[in-house]
Amino acid sequence: MLEHIELFFRSIFIDNMVFAVFLGMCSYLAVSKKVATAVGLGAAVIFVLAVTVPMNWLLDQYLLRDGALAWLGPEYADYNLSFLSFILFIATIATMVQLVEIVVEKFSPSLYNSLGIFLPLIAVNCAILGGSLFMQSREIATLGLAFNYGVSSGIGWFLAILAIAAIREKIRYSNVPAPLRGLGITFIITGLMGIGFQSFGGMLTGGSEEEAAVEETTTAAKTEEVGKKENKKEIDEKEISYNDAINK
Amino acid sequence: MALLSKKDANLIKDPLADNNPITIQVLGICSALAITAELKASVVMAISVLFVLGIGNVVISLMRNIIPSKIRIIVQLIVVATLVIIVDQVLKAFAYELSKTLSVFVGLIITNCIIMGRFEAFALGNGPWRSFLDGIGNALGYGIILVIVGFFRELLGSGTLFGFPVLGNPINKTGLYAFGYENNGFMIIPPAALIVVGIIIWVQRSRNKALIEDN
Repeated sequence: MLEHIELFFRSIFIDNMVFAVFLGMCSYLAVSKKVATAVGLGAAVIFVLAVTVPMNWLLDQYLLRDGALAWLGPEYADYNLSFLSFILFIATIATMVQLVEIVVEKFSPSLYNSLGIFLPLIAVNCAILGGSLFMQSREIATLGLAFNYGVSSGIGWFLAILAIAAIREKIRYSNVPAPLRGLGITFIITGLMGIGFQSFGGMLTGGSEEEAAVEETTTAAKTEEVGKKENKKEIDEKEISYNDAINK
Repeated sequence: MALLSKKDANLIKDPLADNNPITIQVLGICSALAITAELKASVVMAISVLFVLGIGNVVISLMRNIIPSKIRIIVQLIVVATLVIIVDQVLKAFAYELSKTLSVFVGLIITNCIIMGRFEAFALGNGPWRSFLDGIGNALGYGIILVIVGFFRELLGSGTLFGFPVLGNPINKTGLYAFGYENNGFMIIPPAALIVVGIIIWVQRSRNKALIEDN
């Protein structure tokens, strides 16, 4: 239960889709001129992420990852199809989006009227594919957690687009320098909001870890150097294991 | 250029400045921001997109008369995904460390709006050669912004370029650091990319008044 709660808040605030990893920026910038449309798109993103991330989790678990085909029989245990994940994930997403569109149109015309126009846009929203790819690279353990991850990162995206749409509606009345109007000021506001969201970084770490996290953000040069070394070590280790995998 | 007619040359020149995919068309922002903390990653990303967009535009343009318009999105996605898998495998084989830095963002070239946008807007209606030039031009326009952002973020944030220390050594206090210069840790964190791009847009639009939006 605790890990669900942690993942939920982590995906909304710390690893926010827009502010921490810049996913779905295109539609975020294009569809954030009015709050009403932003809400529609945000809801559609939550919905599609909640459907596609668990789907792709199942695909990854039982088809793509190293040794995933073991359930077919021991002779299939050596296959590693993970190089196919891009094409399978995007095919799943495109199909699901189409399917969701048809189902929603059939059973709930009112929801279709509010979500409908956004659904085709979503197939090429990087937040959706990014959700699935991050699910894969962070090795989320269970189907329940994958669903949780989909929903909560969708909510994070929703919050971000809602906030920027509200700000953009207001900023129209401000005296922004002419060359910055529109796109430029939106970028800078998003950057400032991102800095704000960075402060959630220490939210979920308790005790000594928290101190370490704070130190890491404040004393730039020194810890950076250490962090780089650690990173390098990690990369080296990964490289070794990768080379082993190749040799096998 | 003797090689290209004037119209064809404009296909390459326009996206570099006045019709830049990032600052004017607002396409392909996601990857532009996420991986620009280092110059090297920016350059590799720009080359990957150049490859995918150049080849992809030609492929789509060759198939433009046989793709049924109802399923064209899926066809486009499959073409891009195939090309991106090639890029990803090549990176994993020859630059494993770098492919770790880029992590999921190589995969996200698939949903990079520049690619789908150029397929939709250009390759579906033009011949292969012109589509190729258009792809190259747009990818270069995208790459230029990436390199500019990467340059400033790495120089100001870590004092290095391509990983080489150009401003001296911050630990031993040599070079500029001897005069009390400090790296700006702010440039390393992700939101700084947004602000740098915002400033690029500002500079570009104040030089060319025709680009200013009227809100």
